[in-house]
Amino acid sequence: MNTLTRRGVLQTAAAAGLLATAPAALSACAMGGGDGDTKTEQDDKTNVNPLGVKDDAPLEVVIFNGGFGEDYAKAHEAMYKEKYPKAEIKHSATAEISKTLQPRFVDGSPPDFINNSGAAQIDFNGLVSQNALTDLAPLLDAPSLDVPGKKVRDTLLPGSLLPGTYNGKVFSLNYAYTAYGIWYDEKLLADKGWQYPKTWDEMIALCKTIKAAGLAPWTYQGKHPRYMSWPILSAAAKLAGPEILLAIDNLEPNAWKHEAIKTAADAYSQLAVDGFILPGSEGLDHIQSQTEWSLGKAVFISCGSWLESEQKKVTPPAFRMAIAPTPSLTSGDKLPFAALRGTAGEPYIVPAKAKNANGGMELMRIMLSKKGASDFTKKTSSLTCVAGAEEGVELPPGLTSVTKALKASGDKGFNWVYNSFYRKLERNLVDAACGDLFTKRINAQQFVDACQKGADEIAKDTSITKYKRS
Amino acid sequence: MRHGRRLFVFTFLVPPLALYAVFVLSPYLQAFQISLTNWRGLSPTYEYVGPENFTRLLHDHYVWNALKNNAIILVALPIITIVLALFFASMLSVGGQSGKAGVRGVRGAAFYRIVYFFPQVLSVAIIGVLWKEVYAPRSGMLNGFLRGIGLDGLAKPWLGDPDLAFWCVLAVMVWSNVGFYVVLFNAAMQSIPREIYEAALLDGAERGETLRKITVPLLWDTIQVAWVYLAILAIDAFAIVQIITEGGPGNSSDVIGLRLYGDAMNESKFGYASAIGVAMFFLTLSIAVVSLRMTRRDRIEL
Repeated sequence: MNTLTRRGVLQTAAAAGLLATAPAALSACAMGGGDGDTKTEQDDKTNVNPLGVKDDAPLEVVIFNGGFGEDYAKAHEAMYKEKYPKAEIKHSATAEISKTLQPRFVDGSPPDFINNSGAAQIDFNGLVSQNALTDLAPLLDAPSLDVPGKKVRDTLLPGSLLPGTYNGKVFSLNYAYTAYGIWYDEKLLADKGWQYPKTWDEMIALCKTIKAAGLAPWTYQGKHPRYMSWPILSAAAKLAGPEILLAIDNLEPNAWKHEAIKTAADAYSQLAVDGFILPGSEGLDHIQSQTEWSLGKAVFISCGSWLESEQKKVTPPAFRMAIAPTPSLTSGDKLPFAALRGTAGEPYIVPAKAKNANGGMELMRIMLSKKGASDFTKKTSSLTCVAGAEEGVELPPGLTSVTKALKASGDKGFNWVYNSFYRKLERNLVDAACGDLFTKRINAQQFVDACQKGADEIAKDTSITKYKRS
Repeated sequence: MRHGRRLFVFTFLVPPLALYAVFVLSPYLQAFQISLTNWRGLSPTYEYVGPENFTRLLHDHYVWNALKNNAIILVALPIITIVLALFFASMLSVGGQSGKAGVRGVRGAAFYRIVYFFPQVLSVAIIGVLWKEVYAPRSGMLNGFLRGIGLDGLAKPWLGDPDLAFWCVLAVMVWSNVGFYVVLFNAAMQSIPREIYEAALLDGAERGETLRKITVPLLWDTIQVAWVYLAILAIDAFAIVQIITEGGPGNSSDVIGLRLYGDAMNESKFGYASAIGVAMFFLTLSIAVVSLRMTRRDRIEL
């Protein structure tokens, strides 16, 4: 029995370990992998098939399973299948886009069509800088499926392509059209005889009245305070014109220190200083704070137009959700009160190494048809970037007010994209500055300094690819 | 025969070791390689950049901020947890009312022992979500309790306050770990001969004195192990922070693990994130060595 000593076992184990490690170290490598040739399936381009889709090529679709669900995508895929009955469509949906798909990008075998969205989206700066995405120009120049005589490009709402454009090339299709503004319950205001304020002075006056009536005038998505950077930038853009947003997107020196941004930050910080914010808001996350708002504990909240579907489950039946533009800061504002931040959101991409990239773009063309877009609006209660696709669809109150507000805003609408160019700048740096501003830790001057410091940090970081827009 | 036995041992060892090599060792080794590249994790292409990631690391104030928090946890978590666990464990096994015959635990010791262990049964994710709700400023139990007993002034936005959020998370870490060490110390105390306590009792030793002069020295080995475990936990702390605060507000509760994760997953800087990982590897090793050295004492043989 003395043969099985402790030392003997350990020696054997060590030897076995070495043997087992050697092949593993040689074979499996996280970074290596399929640099293999990935030929895209290609058929002849014709008038009915402008993208040259091979009709029997399989198509793999991955959808972000978030606020919009996945049913709309299944409907679009059915339309694709109708057009190409021989194509096999593989559909999947996940909330963890990055974790699920990042290895497949490395491997060189990504899906053909991805809804790259949600908190766990794959960083666009990374994707674009590594040439991992297909340039969508062929799709945009293809004729629209059901708007005769127009290219896909010309059927879209103005500015829709901006958020997916990097140095002049369109790499992502931002499909859902989102308006950003200040939300309230129309019924509550009507019942109390209050009017949505058109100027900031009126807003402060109304906040006083609301507070006296025992309600909190405002709340905000405390743990994600960047939501409050939206009205600040909107108000500033209306005060000094949308050029200041261009400067921010292009990381121009001292862009954040523009007087208008300071004025706007100062105006909004008044809400915190005067105690117009629902107590404890800073400790609530977006769901918790929006629920307080839905339950009528606070009157105003800043959000985008996904708010209505996000709050669907907790919205009381009598609640008449409505959006309004930020109040004008002065009578001399460059843009009118009605001007609203409208932007296309919800990005869809076709990876550069997709086996059936043409099929992926064809699916986008189906989404961008009037039929596909109005079906999306019907299923998700959200507008799309296809102009006029919502006509004839019955919309819930919040979305009705969004369409009205967008129409009123017309060509005065504005937008910024620094958040998709440099995710970290909004999600960490501006976010932190907003958090401090609305808990009275810093004032407006310190706020713009902090934001500028964040922007300078990004500008200096050589590991981040820079983009310009015009 | 001898040969046969070797082969026998070998066949059983190969599968687990192979799994360990493929899924643990090889990623570790690759992290060293990746840390020298600018790999962004979305394509198979990368360049070697030498020590650039490491020099960047030295100047990254977010990393230093996170490290500072880890350092605080590293000091506070073991001390608080071990002191609390020792206190509870000794109350449970030898803290009973003196005056009666023998040495025993407080009344209901068996019940407490189970209750203390509860958090250990829950997964980190559940603990995180649970405490996030407990700390919620308007609907949370903590503020509800404070308001309920009339201490409205103490009701705070807890996780929304950059000065408090970090300590809130630390409290959760202590809460969720103390139970395990109560059980660990308790088991170790069972091996201390009762006679020693009885002798101390006869000599008129106080409970605190017994703990300090008898229990702690005799448990030193176990405490040392606890210290290393907790230190490793403190350097990680990723899961609980990610769930409860995501490092916020404004990075005030950031930890190094979360920084690594964010740089990799959100910014797709896998090369840089690996460099953080490699730096942490050496830091963790050194801390383990130092703490073992520092707590080295002569063993007391019973």
